[in-house]
Amino acid sequence: MDRQWNLAALAEGESGYVQSVSTHLALKHRLEDLGLIPGTRVTCMARSPAGDPCAYLIRGALIALRQADARQIALCPAHQRGA
Amino acid sequence: MGSCVALVGNPNVGKSTVFNALTGLHQHTGNWAGKTVDVATGTFTWQGSEVTVVDLPGTYSLQTSSPEEDIALDYLLHSQANGVVVVCDATCLERNLILALQVLEVTGNVVVCVNLMDEAQRLGVQVDLAALADALGVTVVGVSAGTGAGLDTLREVMAGLAKGEVTGPVRPAQPPMERVHTAQAYARQAVDTTPTPQARRQAVWNKRMVSGFTAIPLMLVLLAGVMWLTVAGANLPSSLLSQGFDWLGQQLEGWMGDWDPALRAFLLDGVYGVTTWVVSVMLPPMAIFFPLFTLLEDLGYLPRVAFVLDHAFQKARACGKQALTMCMSLGCTACGVTGCRIIDSPRERLAAMLTSSLVPCNGKFPTLLALITLFLVGQGGSLVGAAALLGVLLLGVAATLGCTRLLTATVLKGTPSAFALELPPFRRPRVGQVVVRSLLDRTVFVLARAVAVAAPAGGVIWLLANITLGDTTILAHITGFLNPVGQLMGLDGVILTAFLLGWPANEIVMPVMLMAYLAQGSLVDMDQLTGVGALLEAQGWTMTTAVCTLLFTLFHWPCSTTCLTIWRESKSIKWTLVAVAVPTLLGAGLCVLVNALGSLLGI
Repeated sequence: MDRQWNLAALAEGESGYVQSVSTHLALKHRLEDLGLIPGTRVTCMARSPAGDPCAYLIRGALIALRQADARQIALCPAHQRGA
Repeated sequence: MGSCVALVGNPNVGKSTVFNALTGLHQHTGNWAGKTVDVATGTFTWQGSEVTVVDLPGTYSLQTSSPEEDIALDYLLHSQANGVVVVCDATCLERNLILALQVLEVTGNVVVCVNLMDEAQRLGVQVDLAALADALGVTVVGVSAGTGAGLDTLREVMAGLAKGEVTGPVRPAQPPMERVHTAQAYARQAVDTTPTPQARRQAVWNKRMVSGFTAIPLMLVLLAGVMWLTVAGANLPSSLLSQGFDWLGQQLEGWMGDWDPALRAFLLDGVYGVTTWVVSVMLPPMAIFFPLFTLLEDLGYLPRVAFVLDHAFQKARACGKQALTMCMSLGCTACGVTGCRIIDSPRERLAAMLTSSLVPCNGKFPTLLALITLFLVGQGGSLVGAAALLGVLLLGVAATLGCTRLLTATVLKGTPSAFALELPPFRRPRVGQVVVRSLLDRTVFVLARAVAVAAPAGGVIWLLANITLGDTTILAHITGFLNPVGQLMGLDGVILTAFLLGWPANEIVMPVMLMAYLAQGSLVDMDQLTGVGALLEAQGWTMTTAVCTLLFTLFHWPCSTTCLTIWRESKSIKWTLVAVAVPTLLGAGLCVLVNALGSLLGI
């Protein structure tokens, strides 16, 4: 995939692996605490009725993120990484 | 004291449940991030030695980024605690281990307590405690704090920890990313997951509750259900209580037969009348509403409300967690204000605090209901009453969003901050515990506060209504003075006076109003709601008066407890005054508008 693929583009039920996190520092640290770092598998579990925020499965926990923040988290597709 | 152990853990791992189970001390626990905002302390005795347990606020990390996390780190570094128990959630062990590893880099006097073992088993998660202990190098204990399984082992280990007998090596510090990898590796060794049908069911329900076309209807139905149960269930006990108090009042009157008539009237009509009115009108709805609300909390539903409503709050340039504090304000606005600590950004926290009194608290429900029943829906039954109350509540939500947007566009400018809200797994609510805990911790607490205010207020109001100054009573002077302002707002002097005198507690607004209307200054029997209706109509109440009173009940200055709490939380007189001004201006503005419209249309 050549286009920039990010967390916000994940469809419900779709998974991807985090490539890089370029959100502002406070959120980056919070995401590290939650275990979201490059290489982490993330699955989009649910979209709120308005489509924003979405709930993501991150290391066994369901975390809601706003789309503006999710766009700053680049992904590589699941099949490129293996499990 | 030498034997002190601190509890540390991620938010929402049942840390407070472990704390309560260990110490037997009642402390409220809620199923959302950052609920424990103050440090709670308790003790237990194990084989003759006393151990002090300190429950630190839930934290994701020791790299501080919120006030709660500051408390946790500060305590670990500078306190006299002999050891730390890291409480983990068995259903989400990998994430929890990140914090455990951080703590192990600070001290080796650590025990890892894996909580919710029963829940994990139901969801098909097997945790190998021995493998985990091997990897971490410290003692690991599995417990199910809800049922009490494993707690004695934990007590024994904690007693050892307090004496310095249980310890392990301090780990070398790791960069954050490597720490995550270590946690992942350890979790792979110790956890085996095979999803059960229950786990799949939970995923389906989670989806229904938070997304697509079902989320908002489900939320409204749940809310309406809670309202309906509160309205319908409270009727009978309220009238029984009121009859009982009447009977008791007559007995007291007979018993006080030879007392000075003025003193007797002061005590019975003033103090006793208002106090018993507050109890009989407030207790039944509270005793129903609080347990129901706590049940939803325990289930883990409230963070999902925040998830569903976040988009609206994002549009208002605020934090979705404000939906949580808004829900808390439904029970008691002061609790909602304290709850604002879960919002990280100071700007968004302030916005939530300043708008906290725009949703009606439990103390306003009886007044709102009485007005709805008397003037808006007639005797349409509890279902219509509940629907109308839901409507009023949604008006409060709309006002919260509107005022928040206004604040963030003017005095609280800024960009929305990051928002990472955990949606905890649904937990089977512990019904018995929930009922007992919410009755003890919340209902009794709020009721005691209302009664403590109502009793002296009843006396003061009786005095105002019975002491004559010049040609008329003091109360008449006040109501006369306020009458022009009241009339402009579609109210009258008496209603406005009642709101002013009701500052200590919203619950007493209605009895004060009725007492002032009755020339002799005593309370009518609220048992006959129709009698109250007739009284109000005789005083010139119209539909416009009812609607304006309803609006002003919904939007006016926060009660004294809330004001005090806002001042304590914001540490600023200025913001406390803004918090008073926002709802007051909104309410007064709406009332003037409705009144003008009403007279224009000739209603």
